[in-house]
Amino acid sequence: MNQVWIIFKRELASYFATPLAFVFIVVFLFATGIFTFYIGDFFRAGRADLQAFFVFHPWLYLFLIPAISMRLWAEERKSGTLEILLTLPIPIWAVVVGKFLAAWVFAGIALALTFPVWISVNVLGDPDNGVVIASYVGSFLLAGGYLAVGAALSSMTSNQVIAFVVTVVVCFLFMASGLPLVLDALSSWAPQFLINTVASFSFLSHFQSIQKGVIDLRDLAFFAALIGFWLFVNTILIEQRKAG
Amino acid sequence: MSRPLIDINGLAKTFETIKAVAGVSFSVDKGEVLGFLGPNGAGKSTTMKMITGYLTPSAGSVFVSGYDVVHDPISAQGEMGYLAEGAPAYGDMTPLQFLNFVAAVRGLKGADKERAVAIAVDRTQLAQVLHQSIDTLSKGFKRRVGIAQAILHDPPVLIMDEPTDGLDPNQKFAVRRLITSMAKDKAIIISTHILEEVEAVCSRAIIIDRGAIVADGTPAELAARSRYQDAVTVEVSAKDAADARNALKALSGVSDMLDISLDGDMRGGGAVLTVFPKPGQRLIEKVSALVTQKGWEVRSLVAESGRMDEVFRACTTADAGNSEVNQ
Repeated sequence: MNQVWIIFKRELASYFATPLAFVFIVVFLFATGIFTFYIGDFFRAGRADLQAFFVFHPWLYLFLIPAISMRLWAEERKSGTLEILLTLPIPIWAVVVGKFLAAWVFAGIALALTFPVWISVNVLGDPDNGVVIASYVGSFLLAGGYLAVGAALSSMTSNQVIAFVVTVVVCFLFMASGLPLVLDALSSWAPQFLINTVASFSFLSHFQSIQKGVIDLRDLAFFAALIGFWLFVNTILIEQRKAG
Repeated sequence: MSRPLIDINGLAKTFETIKAVAGVSFSVDKGEVLGFLGPNGAGKSTTMKMITGYLTPSAGSVFVSGYDVVHDPISAQGEMGYLAEGAPAYGDMTPLQFLNFVAAVRGLKGADKERAVAIAVDRTQLAQVLHQSIDTLSKGFKRRVGIAQAILHDPPVLIMDEPTDGLDPNQKFAVRRLITSMAKDKAIIISTHILEEVEAVCSRAIIIDRGAIVADGTPAELAARSRYQDAVTVEVSAKDAADARNALKALSGVSDMLDISLDGDMRGGGAVLTVFPKPGQRLIEKVSALVTQKGWEVRSLVAESGRMDEVFRACTTADAGNSEVNQ
C-alpha cells in the first residue's frame, strides 16, 4: 500500500511539473462552460439545476480523458523509464493502481474546479443540492471508468497518438451501447436479455441513473467492477510484455 | 559451497523468430567485475534485461543472491542496482526528486533515505545539479544520475549497461574509479564497447556474439590469445632493412613476420618489422641479442603484448549488427 502511495505522489506531481495540468484544466473548464451555457442553454432553461452542465460530461470525457490516460504508460515505454519501474522491487499491480489513482485524482481536481457553476446556480435559485452532489459523484466515477480503459490501452503501445485514438473508440463503444443508436439496431432481432446486457454495459445509462440523484448500489458496483477489470487487464498486459 | 551472487544457467531469449540470446551460462561472485563485451546486437542488453527481471527468459534460470529472478523478482530486484541502456530517468524531475523517489520505492525512509541519497550524490558528483530538471542536464550528468540511482541502496549486485557511454575522458576515469572502489564487496557486471575499459576495471571478461559466449577469461588471458602476445617490433633504418628482414625471418621461434616498408617516408626510409612467435616461444631476448650482434641502426625495439581488440575481432562476426533486436 505504501508503494502505491509513493507511485501516486510521483505521478500526481508529474502532472503539475509541466504545463500539461494547467492546459488541461483550462480546456476542461472552457469546454464545460461552452457546453453548459451555449449548447445546454443553461440560462434560458429557467431551471435551478445543473442538468445542462452534467448531461454533456460523457461526451466531454470521451475526448478529454484519453488525453490524460494516453501518456500513462506509452510515455514510460517511449522514454525507457518503464525499465526503471519494472526493475525496482515493486509489484506491477502497485504501479498500475498508483498511476491510475493519480490520474483519477487529477481528473477529480479538474472536475472540482467547476464549483463556480454550482455556486452560481445556488445564487440564482434553489437547486436540489443532493442531486448536484450525486451528479458530481457520478461524473467522477464516469471519469474513473474512462481512465481505467485508457490506462490499459496506453500500456499496449509506445505511441501516445495511437493510445488516444484507440481509447476514444473503445470508450465510445462502451458509452454508445446504451444509446438508441445501438439498441434500436438490436431490438428488431435480438432477445430482450441480450439488449438488456448490452445496455447494462453502457457508461451512459449508469451515469444517467446516478445523475437523477439516486446513488444505487448497482451503479456503484458497475463502475467498481469496470475499473477493477480494466486495471486487472492493465496489469496482465504489462506482465505480458515482459515475455517479449 | 555457497552459491555465487549471480548465477545464470542456460539463459535464452527468443523474440518471435529471432534468437537474441541462445543459452548463456556463467556466474559472478563477490569481488568480481565482469566485463560484458560483444558487437551491437550480440545480446548483451537482452541478457542484462533478463538478469534484472525486465524481460522474462524464454528458457534458463537467473539467480541473484539466491533469489530466482523469474519466480521471485521482487526479492531479487531488492538485491540489485541497475543502470539501463541509455540511463533513462524521469525528465521532469530533478535528480534529488528522482533519487528520493527511487529510494522510497526501495523502502528507505527518513534519515536512512537522506543518508543513502547523500552518499550516492557524493560518489557520482551530482551536487551542483541536484535542483535542475533532468531534461536540462548534459549527457554526462544524466548518465551519472542513472549510476547514482543504481548504487543508492548499496546493493550487493550491480548491473550496468554501458556505464561510461557518452562521458568525457575525465568522467570516464571517475566512473571507472567508482566501479573499482565498489568492486571489493559486490558482484558487478558492466557492458561496454571500450576494450581498454575492460583492461582497466574488469577482473574477468566475457565476449558474446550472436547470443552465445565465445570467450571467457581474465582480460590478460583473453589478450594472450592475440598473436601479438610476446611479439617483437623493430624499426630499422634503410641501410639495414634488407639484412634485418632476412635475419629476423630466419630466427628460430619465429612463425610469421609483418613487414611495413618506410620507403618514401619522411623519416628517411627503413622498415618496421614485427615478428610473431611460435606457440610458447619468447622472442625479445633473441631479437635484442641479434640487434646487438649485427650492429643495426635501430630506431625502436618494442616487446608487444596481447591486443584485446584483435581478439575481439577474431571472436566476433562483423555482421552481427544486422540482427540487432531493440526490445
